[in-house]
Amino acid sequence: MDRRIPLYEVEKALGAKFTSFGGWELPVSYSDILKEHHAVRTAAGLFDVSHMGEIMVKGKDALSFVNKLITNDIVPVPQNKILYSPMCYENGTVVDDILIYKFSDTELLLIVNAGNIDKDEEWIKSHQTGDVTIENVSDKIVQLALQGPESEAIIKKLVSDKNTELPGFFWFIEATLFGNDGLPPLKVLISRTGYTGEDGFEIYLWLSDNGQNEAEKLWNGILEAGKGKGILPVGLGARDTLRLEAALPLYGHELSDSITPLEAGLKPFVKLNKDDFIGKEALASRYEKGLDRKLYGFEMVDRGIPRNGYEVVKEGRKIGYVTSGGPLPSLGKNGGLALLDDTGLFSGETIEIMIRDRICEAKIVSTPFYGKRYKK
Amino acid sequence: MGTGKTLYYSKDHEWIWVDGNLAYIGITDYAQDSLGSIVYVETPKPGKAISKGQVLGVVESVKAAADVFSPISGTVLEVNDDLEDNPGLINESPYENHIAVISLDDPDELSQLMNQQQYEEYIKGV
Repeated sequence: MDRRIPLYEVEKALGAKFTSFGGWELPVSYSDILKEHHAVRTAAGLFDVSHMGEIMVKGKDALSFVNKLITNDIVPVPQNKILYSPMCYENGTVVDDILIYKFSDTELLLIVNAGNIDKDEEWIKSHQTGDVTIENVSDKIVQLALQGPESEAIIKKLVSDKNTELPGFFWFIEATLFGNDGLPPLKVLISRTGYTGEDGFEIYLWLSDNGQNEAEKLWNGILEAGKGKGILPVGLGARDTLRLEAALPLYGHELSDSITPLEAGLKPFVKLNKDDFIGKEALASRYEKGLDRKLYGFEMVDRGIPRNGYEVVKEGRKIGYVTSGGPLPSLGKNGGLALLDDTGLFSGETIEIMIRDRICEAKIVSTPFYGKRYKK
Repeated sequence: MGTGKTLYYSKDHEWIWVDGNLAYIGITDYAQDSLGSIVYVETPKPGKAISKGQVLGVVESVKAAADVFSPISGTVLEVNDDLEDNPGLINESPYENHIAVISLDDPDELSQLMNQQQYEEYIKGV
C-alpha cells in the first residue's frame, strides 16, 4: 500500500490523477501533462514534492561527516547555500544524488530522493562517526516547488515582510509567509532551486500540530497568489518532461547503483582532489583509465518515441540503452538521454533506437535540450 | 457515449464500428482519458493480416506506450493518416477517429464483444 502525502485530499479535489512512485501515491497530472509543462515554461506551476526525503545531520563533526559521504565538497560552501552532490558506494556507483542545505558547520539538511529514503538513512547511519546525530525528518516536512518565470512575482506577494530579500540561485532563507490576513504567519524555508530548468523556488514547511491546516493554507495561498499569472498545479508527469528537457538526472535512470557519476557526466560534482570520501579511490582510478561509457543526449530523426530501456544501435551493433526518453514538448521533438559504450560520439552523429521491432534513426545532440533559465 | 453509431467494445477498451464488411477500430473515451495527452500513434501497414488479439497499433501518451489489440481477425485495409500529424484527435473525439480499418473476415467474432450498455457496466468495475 502506497503512502499518501498530507495534501492528497486537496489535490484530489482539484482533479489530480494519482500514480504510484517510489512507494507513494502521487499526483501525475491535474489537467493535462502538456498544458502543465507549458505553464511552467511560460508562467508558473506548483508541485507538491512532499515525497522527497529530508535527513538532518547535526553535531560538532557534522560537516566533516557529511563531506565524507559525498563526492562534491561542502566545506568551502557558505552558510545558507545549497550544494548538489552524488553520494557514492565504495565502488563509485551511486547511492543517491542529494542536495545539502548548509545551515551551519554543525547543522546540515540532506534532501534525498523519495524512493531512496530508507536506504539512504541506513547508509548514512552505518557510516556514522564522531559527534553527530542523524535524524530522518521526512514525515515532518511538506515541500512544494513553485517553478516558472512568474515564480518570483508570486512569492513576493506572499512574504509577510515586503522587504524580504529573496535568495539567489542555490541559496536559501528562512522567511514568513502570509500574516497580513489577521491569521498567524507561516514560517517556511525558501530556496531558489528546482527540477525544471526554470527559475523557481522550493518551499519547506515543518509540520506542527496544526500542520494539515498550514499545509493547505500554503498550497491554496500560492495558487491564489498566482491567479491571473497563469499558475497551474503540476504533477509528476510534467515534472519528468521538464527535467528531461533540462537534462537533469533522475535516480534509477541516469544514476544508479550500477552507474558512476562520471559516466553520467557529473564530473564537476566529483572533487577528486578533496580529502578522503566514500568511493574516491574507485572514481579516481576509473577517471584515470578513461570512461567505458558516457551519457549522451539525442533527438529522434524518424518518427517514434524513445523510452527508458530501449536499445541503442550503431552500424548494426548494440552500443547502449535509453535511460530516459519521451516527448520534449518545448522543442516539439522526441528525444532523451542514453548511456552508450562509445565515448567518442560527436553532435549530429547518427545513432539508431530500437522502438519495438523498428530501427529508428536519431542523432546525438548537446544537452540540455532546453536552455536553462536560472536567475543567478 | 458513442456517436449514435452502433459500436462493439472489447475488454481492452477498443471499439469497432462495422460498415458492411469493413471494421473501423479505435480506442474508447475511457482509454484516451486514462492515457492522457496522446502524442504518437503507430498504425499497422495496410495489407497486414491480423488475428484477433494481436497488436494492431500503439498509442503513446507523454508517459507511456499502450498497445492497441485487434478485437477481431482480418486484413488491414486502410489506416487513419490524420493521426500522424495530429494524434491528439483521439483525445478530442475518440469515436470519430479510428486507428485502422480491417476486413471483417468472421462476423461471428463480434458476438464475443460487448455492446454499449455492457461496456458501460464493465468500466464501472475496472
